[in-house]
Amino acid sequence: MALTIGVPKEVAAGEKRVATVPEVIEKLIKLGFPVIVESGAGDLANISDEAYRAAGAEIAGTAAELWAKADIVFKVRGPSLEEVAQIRPGTTLVSFIWPAQNPELLQQLAVRKVTVLAMDSVPRISRAQKLDALSSMANIAGYRAVIEAAHHFGRFFTGQITAAGKVPPAKVFVIGAGVAGLAAIGAASGLGAVVRANDTRPEVGDQVKSMGGEFVTVDYQEEGSGVGGYAKVMSEGFQKAQREVFAKQAKDVDIIITTALIPGKPAPKLITAEMVQSMKPGSVIVDMAAEQGGNCELTEPGTVTVKHGVTIIGYSDLPSRLAKQSSTLYATNLLRLTEELCKTKDGIIDVNMEDEVLRGTTVIKDGTITWPPPAPKLSAAPAVVQPAAKPVATPSKSHGHGGDSKPMSSGPMAGLFAVAAVFFWFVGAYAPPAFLGHFTVFVLACFIGYMVVWNVKPALHTPLMSVTNAISSIIAIGALVQIAPTMDMGGLERPDGWIRWLAVGAIVLATINMFGGFAVTQRMLAMFRK
Amino acid sequence: MSASLATVSYLGATILFILCLGGLSNQETARRGNLYGIIGMTIAVLATVFGPRVGAAGYGWIVAAMLVGATIGLYAARTVQMTQMPELVALMHSMVGLAAMLVGFANYIDPGASTNMSGAEKAIHEVEIYVGILIGAVTFSGSVIAFGKLSGKISGNPLLLPARHWINLVGLLVVIYYGREFLNAHSISDGMTPLVVMTVIALLFGVHMVMAIGGADMPVVVSMLNSYSGWAAAATGFMLSNDLLIVTGALVGSSGAILSYIMCAAMNRHFISVIAGGFGTTGGSPALPGAGQPAGEVVPISAPETAELLREAKNVIIVPGYGMAVAQAQHTVYEITRLLRDKGVNVRFGIHPVAGRMPGHMNVLLAEAKVPYDIVMEMDELNDDFPQTDVAMVIGANDIVNPGAQDDPSSPIAGMPVLEVWKAKTSIVMKRSMASGYAGVDNPLFYKENNRMLFGDAKKMLDEVLVALKA
Repeated sequence: MALTIGVPKEVAAGEKRVATVPEVIEKLIKLGFPVIVESGAGDLANISDEAYRAAGAEIAGTAAELWAKADIVFKVRGPSLEEVAQIRPGTTLVSFIWPAQNPELLQQLAVRKVTVLAMDSVPRISRAQKLDALSSMANIAGYRAVIEAAHHFGRFFTGQITAAGKVPPAKVFVIGAGVAGLAAIGAASGLGAVVRANDTRPEVGDQVKSMGGEFVTVDYQEEGSGVGGYAKVMSEGFQKAQREVFAKQAKDVDIIITTALIPGKPAPKLITAEMVQSMKPGSVIVDMAAEQGGNCELTEPGTVTVKHGVTIIGYSDLPSRLAKQSSTLYATNLLRLTEELCKTKDGIIDVNMEDEVLRGTTVIKDGTITWPPPAPKLSAAPAVVQPAAKPVATPSKSHGHGGDSKPMSSGPMAGLFAVAAVFFWFVGAYAPPAFLGHFTVFVLACFIGYMVVWNVKPALHTPLMSVTNAISSIIAIGALVQIAPTMDMGGLERPDGWIRWLAVGAIVLATINMFGGFAVTQRMLAMFRK
Repeated sequence: MSASLATVSYLGATILFILCLGGLSNQETARRGNLYGIIGMTIAVLATVFGPRVGAAGYGWIVAAMLVGATIGLYAARTVQMTQMPELVALMHSMVGLAAMLVGFANYIDPGASTNMSGAEKAIHEVEIYVGILIGAVTFSGSVIAFGKLSGKISGNPLLLPARHWINLVGLLVVIYYGREFLNAHSISDGMTPLVVMTVIALLFGVHMVMAIGGADMPVVVSMLNSYSGWAAAATGFMLSNDLLIVTGALVGSSGAILSYIMCAAMNRHFISVIAGGFGTTGGSPALPGAGQPAGEVVPISAPETAELLREAKNVIIVPGYGMAVAQAQHTVYEITRLLRDKGVNVRFGIHPVAGRMPGHMNVLLAEAKVPYDIVMEMDELNDDFPQTDVAMVIGANDIVNPGAQDDPSSPIAGMPVLEVWKAKTSIVMKRSMASGYAGVDNPLFYKENNRMLFGDAKKMLDEVLVALKA
């Protein structure tokens, strides 16, 4: 009997997201699950009941009806007390839970004998990336943070030179280059701003550059990567050096976006009141860590305030402000999770606690709290302290391609010379003078060939082969001189007929090559164009 | 024409041949280089025909033979498809080999060739004949088999006879034994038997050698046969005491040898082990199931989604392989390239040295499809650019983009330089199925999370991508 997936309307105030979208419903149905959606669930994300129905979902009139029918419930925010009261035992709930911050919620859910998968507890391993809702939400939040900043900022982001005067580009400083920070860097540089970023983890420098930002380092030796690729709390000395960097940046930049979070801890206070004061009037700070207390001392979570002429944005619902986008991505994350749960595609789920991803995600299994999970086996964090800039081996090339100009080591070189010397001595001692002349020519020609051919571009290797082929038909000359020799035979009998036919055969073959080879080379070379 | 004049003409022709090869150092001068080659060849042939060693009696024969040869040659050059270039080149090598054989026999039965020789001189002359015919015969039969394999008339799988190295060794000993017999022969008819026996063994050796080599080692084989055909010409030159033949043969021979070396280096394989044949037959069986099984899963992608990715990309690198040649997809590839370039996308091609079945094969195919050569790059030129690349599209290639060559020291292709497509933001591999490449190694690239698989015939799929891009 296939299980029914239910998607209720979010009850948290201001929450506009919804846990599924019509495109995903089609795929869930293909996996064998009937889907039921509460009426009006997608209204705030601009998705009508009609659209859900067209995708194959059933519409439940009330939340009670939905909770009664659903075997699996997909939600965005963790359930409210009323919702917990409506959950039937045996139900599987999938949503954000934040078990570390909400231990009571976890207890209440456990009492209801349900299974709970927390989308915030997906382990940070490569295989689980497709269901990492934190990343997809952070990405949206980072983008939205820039948009909010632009909204409150009184100038262009991009520099322009217009008839009405020169506009300097806005300078944006992003603190924390996680998913959200990188998204913010990308969005801001896309708008044309000059973007700088800082992170305690030095290995993200390249990622910052790849998004179009400049990486500002704190000149203090300490490795900032914690477990699972997240940041950790830094030492006092580092924090001091960091504050100096931030204070300097605050004076210079127009917009600061902070994303610094440490799992399970209040957000570090990185922007002090003095730094805010030192900023130019009209500047904007977007504090994306507002929900965890904020990275700026003056942040008021959930609202926008103006302090010392600086607008400080403390919204904690940035993803929800891009409701349709976040709903679509979140719904896809849930779909990927469903695929993991239902490998048989028959509408039955299997919460396999042997599976590393599912084990980490599951916080309550059949009424037993299974959080926190055992430490992940693999971490995305790189091996400890990287050695100072590895010397990059740049093989120096001589002329053309491949020819290694590095001198040969002396041992083999001496051996080679010795062999050559013996060989030459042997030839010189026994061969007649006529042969020596030809031998000289032969050896020199090999060297010329070697020098010339190393200069040929790899792109022209095929024409090189066909032209050398054409040239090797010079063998025709060997046949030509035999066909009707003018030499005095000295009375010897010569099998003229045999020789002639052999020579004619050789001439025909060589000529095919001669004409064919040159013609096809010409044809090929004519095709190479700029 | 006097003998000295003929000699000077030969010198001129030699210089022109060197300039011809030198001209190929870049695309602009390459056409002029080919022209030098043609002029050099014309001078050499005319100087010989009107020189002191060809009597008037031969003119009729020469003209007739050359007319026949020219007609066949030009016809073949006009009609050959660019994808068939490797076959044509192999076939042409076989002709040089056969011609060298015929000239060798003709020279041997010509009593005038060695009338004034004695002692060491005569012995050397006979060794030259023997060796010339030997190389010619190996080149001939080897090239015929290579032609068969390249054109699909013979299976591309390596044929591995038991104790094949012993067979070759015995063959070599027999050849040396008959070489002695040949030198000791008192008359031409006495020497004929060893010569014929040696020729047969050489022909069989050529067949056996190329049969034992698999499809993807063909670039090495083709360039090696190219080299042999040069040595055959040089040996003929020694036999006839003709410096022009010696020089030209040496040029061609060293050119082919260098190409073989480059191809081997590009596969990180030793020349000897390629010639010994049978990939992976030594050093344990490759691709043990389970041992190196890449983790993760394969994510397929559809043609419209591919088009979507390409449309949104700023930097695209296309990596073509033999599969593109087989599917004849190069024209569609060009259409897609042009469309993307018109949109301001930076499209480039990354060519692995051994992509295709002969050196430079991919370049010729792309040139045929009018892809401008300045966006066709060598592996070393753009391998560092993959991290800045949005989409890397792999068309019908496998082993040359296998990350296992770098990461997995136990892989049979470990150490082979590869194009690092997995460093691009997204890589798309176009393939018929999940079958492993020539080397029989599973490709961990397919399981990378930023990799997508576009299954199906390359031409058909690319056509669909093109339609989706235009829409």
